[in-house]
Order: sequence, then structure tokens, then C-alpha cells
Amino acid sequence: MLRVIVRRLLQLAVTLFALSILVFVWLRSLPGGPVDAMLGDRATPERRALLVKALGYDQPILVQYWRFLQRTLVGDFGASTRSGDSVLSVLGRAFPATIELTVAAMIIAVGLGVPLGYLAARYRGRMPDNLSVVGTLVGISIPIFFLGYLLKDVFTQHLHWFPPSGRISIGMDNTHVTGFFVLDGILTREWDASADAIWHLILPAATLATIPLAVIVRITRASVLDVLNEDYVRTAEAKGLRAKVVRQRHVLRNALLPVVTTIGLQTGALLAGAVLTEKVFNWGGLGTEITNSISGSRDYPVLQAVLMLAAIVFIVVNLLVDLSYAVIDPRVRVR
Amino acid sequence: MTNVLAEKKKARLEQLAQAAAEPGGVGLWREALRRLRRNPAGMVGAVIVLAFLLLAVFAPLIAPHDPAQRFKELTDNLRADHIPGAMSGFPLGGDPNGRDFLSRLIYGSRQTLFVGVLATLIGLTAGVTIGALAGALGGWVDMLLMRLTDVMLALPSLLLAISLVALASKSSQWTVIAAVATVNVPIFARLLRGAMLAQRESDHVLAARSLGVKQRAIVLRHMLPNSLTAVIVQATLTFSVAILDAAALSFLGLGDPDINRAEWGLMLGTDGQRYFEVRPELAYYPAIAIVVVALGFTLLGEAMRESIDPKNRR
Amino acid sequence: MPLLDVQDLSVVFARRGEKPFTAVDNLSFTVEPGQTVGLVGESGCGKSVTSLAIMGLLPRRGVRVSGRVLFEGADLLALRPEDMRDRRGRDIGMIFQDPLSSLNPVVPIGLQVAEVVERHFGRTRKAAMVEARDLLDAVGIPDPQRRLKEYPHQISGGMRQRALIAIALACKPRLLIADEPTTALDVTIQAQILTLLRQLVVDSDTALVLITHDLGVVAGLCDVVNVLYAGKVVETGTRHDLFANPRHPYTHGLLGSVPRLDSPRGERLTPIRGSVADNIPWAEGCAFAPRCDRVNDACIGDTVPLEAAPHGRLRCTNPVPQEVGV
Repeated sequence: MLRVIVRRLLQLAVTLFALSILVFVWLRSLPGGPVDAMLGDRATPERRALLVKALGYDQPILVQYWRFLQRTLVGDFGASTRSGDSVLSVLGRAFPATIELTVAAMIIAVGLGVPLGYLAARYRGRMPDNLSVVGTLVGISIPIFFLGYLLKDVFTQHLHWFPPSGRISIGMDNTHVTGFFVLDGILTREWDASADAIWHLILPAATLATIPLAVIVRITRASVLDVLNEDYVRTAEAKGLRAKVVRQRHVLRNALLPVVTTIGLQTGALLAGAVLTEKVFNWGGLGTEITNSISGSRDYPVLQAVLMLAAIVFIVVNLLVDLSYAVIDPRVRVR
Repeated sequence: MTNVLAEKKKARLEQLAQAAAEPGGVGLWREALRRLRRNPAGMVGAVIVLAFLLLAVFAPLIAPHDPAQRFKELTDNLRADHIPGAMSGFPLGGDPNGRDFLSRLIYGSRQTLFVGVLATLIGLTAGVTIGALAGALGGWVDMLLMRLTDVMLALPSLLLAISLVALASKSSQWTVIAAVATVNVPIFARLLRGAMLAQRESDHVLAARSLGVKQRAIVLRHMLPNSLTAVIVQATLTFSVAILDAAALSFLGLGDPDINRAEWGLMLGTDGQRYFEVRPELAYYPAIAIVVVALGFTLLGEAMRESIDPKNRR
Repeated sequence: MPLLDVQDLSVVFARRGEKPFTAVDNLSFTVEPGQTVGLVGESGCGKSVTSLAIMGLLPRRGVRVSGRVLFEGADLLALRPEDMRDRRGRDIGMIFQDPLSSLNPVVPIGLQVAEVVERHFGRTRKAAMVEARDLLDAVGIPDPQRRLKEYPHQISGGMRQRALIAIALACKPRLLIADEPTTALDVTIQAQILTLLRQLVVDSDTALVLITHDLGVVAGLCDVVNVLYAGKVVETGTRHDLFANPRHPYTHGLLGSVPRLDSPRGERLTPIRGSVADNIPWAEGCAFAPRCDRVNDACIGDTVPLEAAPHGRLRCTNPVPQEVGV
């Protein structure tokens, strides 16, 4: 077990190192770099040279990378070339916003997806199954930003059930502790702030949950169908066990193993979908930062840090999933 | 009487025995096709894909107008808060540039097909090459190529596409195609490599090896053809992902900047989004078109996968 | 009254859009209390489907089951599903062919045994675990206390089958159905498992329905043997009669295709031609006719009836003559 963790952590380090090189080189080869963007039309060759020197862009690329790596390791990601804020403070604001959104989406996707997938398998070939098959196919075929606009139109313009954008109502004077607004409200006992944050969270999270939800329903359905055909389920039935015990101990416990892996992989879809969802709902998370750092001026330090952070989250979540898999499946434990 | 019956029975039995004796029965592909035809969802997918292809090929014959032409009737009342709706000659009204929306939708099938097919094909070709090299050579080549795909897969696909598009000096249709294609390279590579590794241990490859067939011939004649099935199925599914990703890039302002080009993702991601409150149809119709086509390719791909999967062969 | 009385059991698989397939065709046989009865035949003859039908484990959709399965006089097929659930595992236990796939890979062995007693005897988890340990001990699993916490992949194939037997016998059922209990095991283990089965069945006076294609297994264990072909009994007899003097050409053929230690040197085994798939419907004659050496005109046309014969029952128009001196 320990060896697995150590090996996976080493793999993580190697992947991150390679990724840092790739991201660094990619972004350095972006045309119309930040110097031009910062100076705009006022750029004279002298001012330009001065700024290039100040930012260190005149050094060889290897030296630039080395400095970047050194600074990164001590937690200094530089400053945004757009706003001048330190990248760390930008991340500090954006990261909790995105995590809150993706966690909420994942809760919706798993909480609804597993029971729906089980029902579909249970009633294979009948109405619930057909509905779920069609529903999930539409779910993975619909552009989620379009779905976001659609939900926004219906639930805010016409029904006025939810607020159209943002993470919290204007004028709501909530205390920031962790940056996770729902959690902050609970910690500070500002229940109204928590409720308000949840109220803002529902539509974006539902939008973002679409694809993982559809995928989880499909995987659960397929997996349950596989398991229902297994000999050990027949054994359980031959023992005369109650239907509930057969379902929970013998069917679901095995059927959920592939679903756990899927949850890890869907984290990627969530992070990607967050970029789109955050734009629709003006959320102000990592996705918003990515969009802003590319449109018009290229904000290297921010873009670099956000991409790396997304990769780290994705890899770490998958690492955790693999480890939890080893706990759930005794067959993996011995290997 | 009984004798005649007995003769008949015996003839039929001989027939049965012969059918059973044929090695492998009917060919795998013909068998797969037969099962595909019996799969209603797959047939729906096939019909959608076929209709989409026909629409794209015959767009000039079907569309009432030139998609790039601006019409006086449609520009007269055009304001930022008003886009003319249906009128005679223009059944779906105009777009924000005074062009016929219906014709743009119909021509949109062409560009959408173009972007989707090209992105899929480029991704497939590069991915298959990498996967085949890794699977056939093994050793450090395999190791190196797989770490490369690891790194590519470490970034969620759309983020990878975004950073790739951001590389180009100016967005164009080609940067979108290239980015969407690249995202799919590691997926195809992994898939083919996995299939080839499974093939390498399979009985018929072991048999060929023990007969002294050269490595090159084993790879080209045995391992590669048998592994490609999975890749072809994946390509069908990738098409949906490709047009959805292209639409997402347009939405983020990283898409094709050519305002004359009619492509569904572009129409949805730019005009559809910008004028959603003025005229939501500008978003609805391209979105429905994308959903239906993506659905068609997904249904077809899933049905193909099911029909090829030996687990379903009963 | 027999313990189990199967009367005219038929199982037809009818999937929409496909030709119905009759797996079991008006099958009848009986099992007396404490008796060991063999159902013998090639794969595809309907023997496993029969066992699943008795247990009520066939899927409800796409399967038509008819006839009667009287267990101590009560028709199991007429029971409500919940009532059948109460009987499975308590009155009738079942052992399956592949011990690895028949045990749940993610549940410890102990719980898989304990849950049966928990369910039918209303024991607490703790008490059930103690019983599970004793059961594992009784089926000859060494160090049972430790095995309770182990998972199926951690123990050997023979031990897995022992664990399955422990599960099937946990509630002391009056009938045990064993479907190919030794097929997936090594030959040396096979003998151990058979010895164990015989010992347990004899000791506890449990009736056993043994389903197998392996005549060696039948020879070692069964009191009465039913030979099945294409879903019907073709010959019934005591083990001794059947082995000494098979009358049906199919039984004869089965015995002729088994290697024997006492056969003369150089004598060849005689396989049966063709396969089970080469048959004709029973309604149109004898299903075995296409593969039979003794086929004549009477074999085709009408169903050949199962008739009483000196040693049991026989379904044949032209049986193998009785050997001299028997």
C-alpha cells in the first residue's frame, strides 16, 4: 500500500515537472506577449526594452525557466501582468470559487447518477431505462454553455427562482474565512450568507453537473447489468437473502467499483466545463481567470499558474481515487 | 411416408452439421453489420448521420439563398435590439448581419462536417501512429510516448485545447481544428496501444510468431488490423466531441473569426450567445442541430461498439 | 411421499423476435429423502436449467416455466417470490460450478457464510460468525478463524468450493442441488470434494441432486441416475443397473466414450457422433436419432414415450440388447 502511494507520488512529480516545461514553453511562444499588451500603443523601443529587462524576458529561455521554477517552489508565482495583483492572491480568490462549484456539481452528479443508473439497469428495456438512455445521450450531446443560457433564461428571466449570476447577493456582507462561501457561512454562523451562497450555487452546479451526471448514469447502468449476470449474485439469490441485502451487499458494492474510477476521470470534465459555466454565470473562479488571461492581452503568470493548478487538482483527485479504490476492492490491496 | 420424412430430416441434419463445421461461421464484420441492423438505436444514429451527410453535400441545392449575402429586407429593420424574424422568402428570418438564417443553418452542416471530420481524422492519424509505434516497439519508445500522453492527459481536454489555440498568433479555423485534433491524440494513442498489447498476447499472434513470421509482418498483418476496430468506433464517438469542443472554443472567443463562415458551433458560440435575449432562435437552432448530429454519431458509435464487442455476441 | 417430485417440467426461452427454444421438455423425476440422484448429460441437455427452475432462479422475463415442482408436497412454482426466497438456502441449498466466480470477490468469506444463518435462523452477526467458523471447520477448511476475514481470491480453488458447500449446507437443508460441483477443479481436488460431499450428505441424511456430465462422479455418488438428452429423460435406473447394462444407445455411447482402467489393451474409445445441436424436436421423433447407430423408421414420426423397463424407465424403440449373464 505504502509502496503504491510512493510510486504514484513520484509519478505525479515527474508529470508535473514535464507539464511545467510544456506550459512554460507553450506560453513563452505565444505571440503578442505581455510586454506589448501592457504598453499598448505607447510602446517605444526604449520603454519596451526596459520592461522586457524588468520582467526578465531578455534572458535565455532556460534561465527564465529556472527562475520560474525557483520562484514557483517557494510559492511566488509573480504578478498578473493585467491587474498587477500577485498571482497567489488571484488564485486565492478564484480557487475556492471553482472548487465550491465543482464539488457541488459532483455531489449532484453522483447523488442523482448512481440511483438513476441502478434504476435503469433494474428496469432494463422498460420505460425508466429507455428514458435514462435517451436522457444521458442528450446530456452528453448538448453544449453545456448553451444549456447554461437555457437554464438561466427559464429559471431567472421567467420564473425568477434563482439569481442570474455571481456567487453571493450584492449587499450580503459575509465574512471571508476560507473563500468557500457556503463553508464560511457555516463557520461564522452567518446562516443567511450560507443559504444565499447555496441559492447562487444551484443553477451553475446543475449546468456543470450535466455531463458527469450522464456519464455516471451510463457507467452505473452498464456496471450493474454486468454484475447482475455474475455468478455470485446467483449464489446470493440461492441463499434466499433478502432483496435489499442482495442489492446492497452483492450488486451495488461490486457495481460501484468502475463508478469510482469514473468520478476521478470526470473531474477533468468538470474543470473544463467550469471554464464555460463560469463565463455563463459570471462566477469569478479559475475558469473566468483563464478566459480573461487569454482574451486580448495574454496574462502569462496567471495562465501558467491556473493551468498548473488545474492539472495538479486533476492528478491529485485521480491519485486519491486510485488509493480509495485499493481500499474498496480487496483484490487490488494485495497487489 | 415415415421414410420420406426421415430422408428429409437427415438432409436437414446434414445441412446443420455443415453450417456448424464452417470455421468461425460468418465473417466478423458481416456478423457485426447484421447485429447493427437489428439495433434500433444504432439505426436511428445511422439515419441521422446519413441525413446530415446528404444535407452537407446538397446544401447549395437545398438552401434558398447564398449564406454570405446580405438582404435589404433583413437589414432594413436591423438594430442591436431587434433582428427581423420570419418573413416571406426568409422562413427563419435573418441573422445579426442581415443574412438568411435558414440558408446559413443549411450551409452550416458543411462547415461543421468539415471541422468535425478533419479534427477527428488528424487526431486519429497522429494518435494511431504514436500508439502503433509504442505498441509495436515497446521498451523505451513505448515508455517515452506513454509519458508524453500522460502529460497531455494531465490537463483536462478543453483546457489543453484552450492553451493550444492561445498559441497561434490569430485564431482561425485551422487553429481550432488543430487544437481539437491534438486533444484527441493521446486518447487514440492509448486505445490503439492497449489493443495492440492485448493482440500481442493473443493466440493467433503467438501462433504466427512460433511459425517464424517476421515481426514487421506480424505487426502489419495481424496486430494492427485487429486493433483498428476499436479505433474506428472511437472515431465515430470523437466526431461528436470535436464539434462540441469547437463550439466551446467559439463561445470563449477563441474560435474562427471569419464572420462569413457558417458553422453551427460558431453560430451558437458567437451570435447565438450575444443576441440570446434579443432573438433566442439564433442559439436554439444551431444548438438543436449540434445536439441532433452529436447524438446521431454517438448512437452510431455506441451501436458499432456493441456489435463488435464479443461479449454481446449471442 | 418423495421429497422432490418434478412433474412435466418445461422451460422455454422465448425472446422477442427470436424462435422459442425449449431447454427442458416435460421432464419428470423424483428424489426420495436422503437419496442421491444424478442428472447426467452433455452440456446443453437442460440439466442446469432444470436446477435453476427448481430453485426459482430463472429470470422472469423471456422464460416460460410450466409443470410442477413438488417439494414435500408443495408446488414451488406456485409460490409467491417472497415465500420462495424464504425457502431458498433454508430448505434447498445449491452449489455451483465455478467456485471463484460464485463467491463475491469483495465480501469476506466469513460474512458470505454467516449471512445465510443470519437470514434464515435470525442469528445476530456475532453468533452467525461463530457458526460460520464451525461450518468452515466442518467442511475441512484449516484455520477457519483466520479464513473468516479473508477474501475469495486469497484462498485456493478447493477451499473456495468447500466454502460454497459450507454456505449451501449452513441451514441444514433437506435437499442439496450440486451443479457440476467438481468440473472447475483439479483432478486431485475433485476426489476430495466428492468424498466430502458424500460424507456430509450421508451424515446429515440430506437428499442430493447431482448434476454432471462426468460419469465418474455419478459412479462414485449416486443411488439413482437420470440420463437427460435434449431436455428429456431418456433412461433412468439405479447406478448399478445403468452402468452394468445401459439400454439406451445414448447411455451406452456415454459409457463407451469414457476411458476405463479395466478395458482391454488397444481397445479404442468410441465417441458419439455429432453434437447436441444436431437434434430433431421430440415432437417429431427421437431427438437422439440423427446421432444414433441403432436408428430405424420407428424413431422418426412421433414422440418416443418413456416406458417402464425392467431396471427403471427407458425411452427407446430399439434399445441395446441386454448383455448375457446380467
